[in-house]
Amino acid sequence: MTKRITSLRPIPYIRADVEELSRSRSEPAWLLERRLRAWEIFESLPMPGPKDESWRRTDYRAIKWDAVAHLVPGRQAPTGLPESDSDGGLIVQSGAETVRAQLAGELAAKGVIFTDLTTALAEHGGLLREHLMTRAVLPENGKFAALHGALWTHGILLYVPRGVDVTLPLHSIWWAGEPGTIMGHVLIVLDENASVSYIHETASPTLQEQALSVGATEIILGPNSSLRYVQIQNWGRHTFEFGHNHALLTRDAHLEWVINSIGSRLSKSFVRVELEGEGASATVSGIYFASDGQLLDHDTRQNHKAPRTTSNLLFKGAVKGTGRSVWQGMIHVHPGAQKIDGFQESRTLLLSEGAHADNIPGLEIEADDVKCSHAATVGRLEEEPIYYLMTRGVPRAEAERLIIEGFFAQVMDRIPFASVRERLGEEIAGRLNGSG
Amino acid sequence: MSATLEIRNLHVSVEGRLILNGVNLTVRQGEIHALMGPNGSGKSTLANTIMGHPAYIVEQGDILFDGQSILDLKTDERARLGLFLAFQYPVAIPGVTVANFIRTAINARRRALDPQDKGISIPEFRKLLKAKMDFLQMDYNFAGRYLNDGFSGGEKKRVEVLQLAALEPKIAILDETDSGLDIDALRIVAEGVNALAGPSLGVLVITHYQRILNYIKPQYVHIMLEGRIVESGGADMALKLEEKGYDWVREKYGNGAPQAV
Repeated sequence: MTKRITSLRPIPYIRADVEELSRSRSEPAWLLERRLRAWEIFESLPMPGPKDESWRRTDYRAIKWDAVAHLVPGRQAPTGLPESDSDGGLIVQSGAETVRAQLAGELAAKGVIFTDLTTALAEHGGLLREHLMTRAVLPENGKFAALHGALWTHGILLYVPRGVDVTLPLHSIWWAGEPGTIMGHVLIVLDENASVSYIHETASPTLQEQALSVGATEIILGPNSSLRYVQIQNWGRHTFEFGHNHALLTRDAHLEWVINSIGSRLSKSFVRVELEGEGASATVSGIYFASDGQLLDHDTRQNHKAPRTTSNLLFKGAVKGTGRSVWQGMIHVHPGAQKIDGFQESRTLLLSEGAHADNIPGLEIEADDVKCSHAATVGRLEEEPIYYLMTRGVPRAEAERLIIEGFFAQVMDRIPFASVRERLGEEIAGRLNGSG
Repeated sequence: MSATLEIRNLHVSVEGRLILNGVNLTVRQGEIHALMGPNGSGKSTLANTIMGHPAYIVEQGDILFDGQSILDLKTDERARLGLFLAFQYPVAIPGVTVANFIRTAINARRRALDPQDKGISIPEFRKLLKAKMDFLQMDYNFAGRYLNDGFSGGEKKRVEVLQLAALEPKIAILDETDSGLDIDALRIVAEGVNALAGPSLGVLVITHYQRILNYIKPQYVHIMLEGRIVESGGADMALKLEEKGYDWVREKYGNGAPQAV
């Protein structure tokens, strides 16, 4: 008897939705074709479920697909957005609409492109045609990657031309004020010897009805280019988030990537670093805080495909109330990729009895001259440090706060922007005090 | 008036085993006492019971600070009254700098006195910390290091003394501060304690060995055995122990194993 698990319902989008979306935006034929190809892959893939190793701890059956499966036009003005301190450029998108877009004149003059995907399609179609879901994130990567490829609604292109060193950081914000689905896409392309810093964040108020975000981040780094990228996921607690975030590094490229997850009801985030060129190096840092009712799930891969590549991943998180977290990591060293230095570390702090965390490291090594290691722990606050601080007159609650802040300090120190560190510090302090 | 720590007929158990068996001891601000005894005699139990460690259960007796029982007070409340414990094994707190921690402790005291207190200002605190570090001849880079994280034994003890200097308690207990220190580190730590000792600080030095008492000169020496103070005397008592060891104490007062509760 082959009975489908009824709770893993198929996502009720149809092929006509793809055609309608593309037609309504007067997209070029190549893009409709690309969307339809992704759609076919989407249809051919089963819904991921408990039998898939990547998904067995990610129960997303609470999603009410019929209610959530409509694309949001998104015309509401965003409220309560975080202050932006970026001088280089700012893009704000509400739902699928761009409500603000600016780029410093001196950057535009140097050929830097920082714009929404609709404008990019009109003005830089060639760049999109070359890079959009052709190299970093592919529809074949999974059911949600394929869905995204078929129905992505909006997004941002950041392109830095050869040799341009952008010193002013760039910033973008996605806001979602309505229930329903959004599928945002970030595409970052750095040409040879280019460098830039970029902060991207998502935020929404918590609504009664559910929302769905199926996103993708593509990072393509040319030879000897350097990117510092911070992404902050702070969706309202009504949101289910599925995201593929893939970086592709060519020769001597360098990536410093900070991934922060504090929002959403459920977030399943695939983080993948492809070290394809000799000498490429990546530092990946994760910070998360799961409170009551949240599941934050990170699935990370460090793929060493070329010799002399380096990757260093550190994730730290706290889980409170009935919150849950999952981290599954893999360092994969491909055959012939010698002189590799790969490291992964994941530590989670459980702050209450009902909290739960799974940390699952993994190594797959097919070369012999490599240095790879991992460390993963799930722990609770220990009494001795608390007692030690209390003997100096610090009340228990404050001693606990200090120890938890200390726990996060190592990964906070890796965030290259003081303003982001401060905001996250305040967010964590607020969570500890019980607000959310 | 000088503050007084008074321990009366204290009986303490840990995990159902009676460790302290009727301890009597009074330490006043301005006095230096040494508490000596063989391993397992209950010295560290006494120190942690005074500070209110939750694992140590007072079965009988009392601990008074300025005439008031402190048994119902939590550890942090006892500390804010003016008690301080320098740990035998200071605990590492990764991610929390020495400076951040000391500032938090100072502010906790200020807020306990005045809930509206905004805390010590950063420049004021920097000045205070630098002054204390100068006083103890410490390198300023200690301030930015994570508390006891990766510190050598000597560094840990020096930072204990720095906390002692910055928090200005009335009575300080030094629990085996000499353990694990080479002679140079011991001298430096002892000099720090001596620099702080005076009319406003009472000190209870807990030690197994006599050697720290070459540097910190007590007025009173007490010998603990099997959970009780069995002999008290002047500084010469320590020399007697150095010469003769603890065997004569055991012969005179020993009773076998500690009893169950």
